[in-house]
Amino acid sequence: MICGRVWKFGDNIDTDVIIPGRYLDNYSPEYLAKHVMEGVDPSFSSSVKKGDMIIAGRNFGIGSSREQAAVALKAAGIQAVIAESFGRIFFRNAINQGMLVISCPGCSKKFENGEEICIDLDNKVIFSKKDESCKMSFKELSPIISKIYSAGGLVNLLKAELGQEGQKKA
Amino acid sequence: MCLSNMSSMTVCEKVLARASRRECVSPGEIVDAYPDLAMSHDNAYLVHQIFKETGATKLANPSSVVIVLDHRVPANTVNSANTQRAVRKMVAELGIEKFFDVGIGICHQVLVEKGLAKPGMLIIGTDSHSTSYGAVGAIGIGVGATDMACIWAKGSLWLKVPESIRLIVTGNTGKGVFAKDVALAMVSKIGSMGADYCCIEFHGSYIERASLSERFTLCNMAAETGAKCAVTPREILPDQNARYIKTLEIDAKRLEPLVAMPHSVDNVVPVTDIEGTRIDQAFLGSCTNGRLDDLQVAASILEKKRVNRNTRMIVTPASMDVYLKAMRLGIIEKLMRAGAVVTNPGCGPCLGAHQGVLGEREVCISSSNRNFRGRMGAADAKIFLASPATVAASAIEGKITDPRRFLT
Repeated sequence: MICGRVWKFGDNIDTDVIIPGRYLDNYSPEYLAKHVMEGVDPSFSSSVKKGDMIIAGRNFGIGSSREQAAVALKAAGIQAVIAESFGRIFFRNAINQGMLVISCPGCSKKFENGEEICIDLDNKVIFSKKDESCKMSFKELSPIISKIYSAGGLVNLLKAELGQEGQKKA
Repeated sequence: MCLSNMSSMTVCEKVLARASRRECVSPGEIVDAYPDLAMSHDNAYLVHQIFKETGATKLANPSSVVIVLDHRVPANTVNSANTQRAVRKMVAELGIEKFFDVGIGICHQVLVEKGLAKPGMLIIGTDSHSTSYGAVGAIGIGVGATDMACIWAKGSLWLKVPESIRLIVTGNTGKGVFAKDVALAMVSKIGSMGADYCCIEFHGSYIERASLSERFTLCNMAAETGAKCAVTPREILPDQNARYIKTLEIDAKRLEPLVAMPHSVDNVVPVTDIEGTRIDQAFLGSCTNGRLDDLQVAASILEKKRVNRNTRMIVTPASMDVYLKAMRLGIIEKLMRAGAVVTNPGCGPCLGAHQGVLGEREVCISSSNRNFRGRMGAADAKIFLASPATVAASAIEGKITDPRRFLT
């Protein structure tokens, strides 16, 4: 179970809003985190805390394939993004970073900005910490997504896989 | 399942079946696919960092790897210069032969122009507009840097087989209506998430007659509907009883010149609805519309005219090849004499890094593919997307203008 404070955003939070192209000449996660979401909420990067979560509307992360959008959010401390729907590439990038992404239609209307929520992955339910009866269930993560998330990201999976191959050859 | 499906595959399913070394695949299946080409641009730097992190030391399939420096070229900052230098060093170390340094052109344009992208290929790119490869009958899919590092290390990547949507475009376009207008009509009809996780397969008389450049524009803009890939079938054709989750139709002869208003690509209106909107910048270029036919139509409109004194016009040819051809044909001279600033080939100002960044509250009409908030500069700048003809006509007037006024 993971819990955290909610930051709410609307529909169509695209990758240019998450991290504009002009910052992409610097690949440092800390630098990217300083500018994350500044197009839509300039106070976000200074107020966000480790373990916070985002709840957004439809189409979160549409647009560019820039992995820096997921890297910046993760480096800023975001541990999970829950949205009505996601941009396809952002969804893969986030999971590859080991950041939890959950499609949950209806969630954007259920929870308030600033409230503490918890995600129970085993029971596939998101609930409000102060009122556990306020909850939403979500569809189980697909096996491949679940495997990547559990490993802490695709790099960890690859390390294990390539390591095994190396041993086989040896 | 395979037997019954073997003769009922869409183009995308056929390509993914071959690339994943199976006889057939069905939508929703997860496959381990081996791309024929694995393309990265400036972000190859990031791919390499992640590749090293996995413990890999050599490329699983070096001849599949393509790198094109195009996003911030020539380097716009010290950081860009440093990472581009690192990419050149890596290219030598890993033995990457398909490397195109600054100035050759935009990655998608280069892969098509150099004949690397071929019908029936699976091409994975670290760029969302990798859908463009559908123009040659390939399946192009965009991913992030970690997925690409996986391809570099293993030669393959997991993919979900998408559902296919059949989009039938019929008829001839009228005066002042171009492939970009058809593309905007498509995004408007489908919506910015209407084709999420799907492949758009184009059919119909308009598509059969369309040039490579026009098909490129359509497959490129398919990314703005959420599509995972798009294809105008060439060589690999769908089976007669291929299954589609839906069939949509567009009648090209009924279309008018269109514009996508800020800040989403599916916010489309006829140009006549917003004529007169004042503009500060007109941009002609990008992987969507920076090819010879795009420059040519703009030059025919701007010939013997001037870009409005309150407007600047920036022209960025999609590639060196386009630039040279346009020069030989006198197109570049016409554009420059009209007052346009012609830059080196590359992504130019489309991604808001350099070569024409928008200031606060500025307005731009652009032939590119995205009008997201802050994309080309200031967060409160506005971007309108339109065809090269509409961009050129608007540059003359200094306000959004119906190109039919300038076309005979």
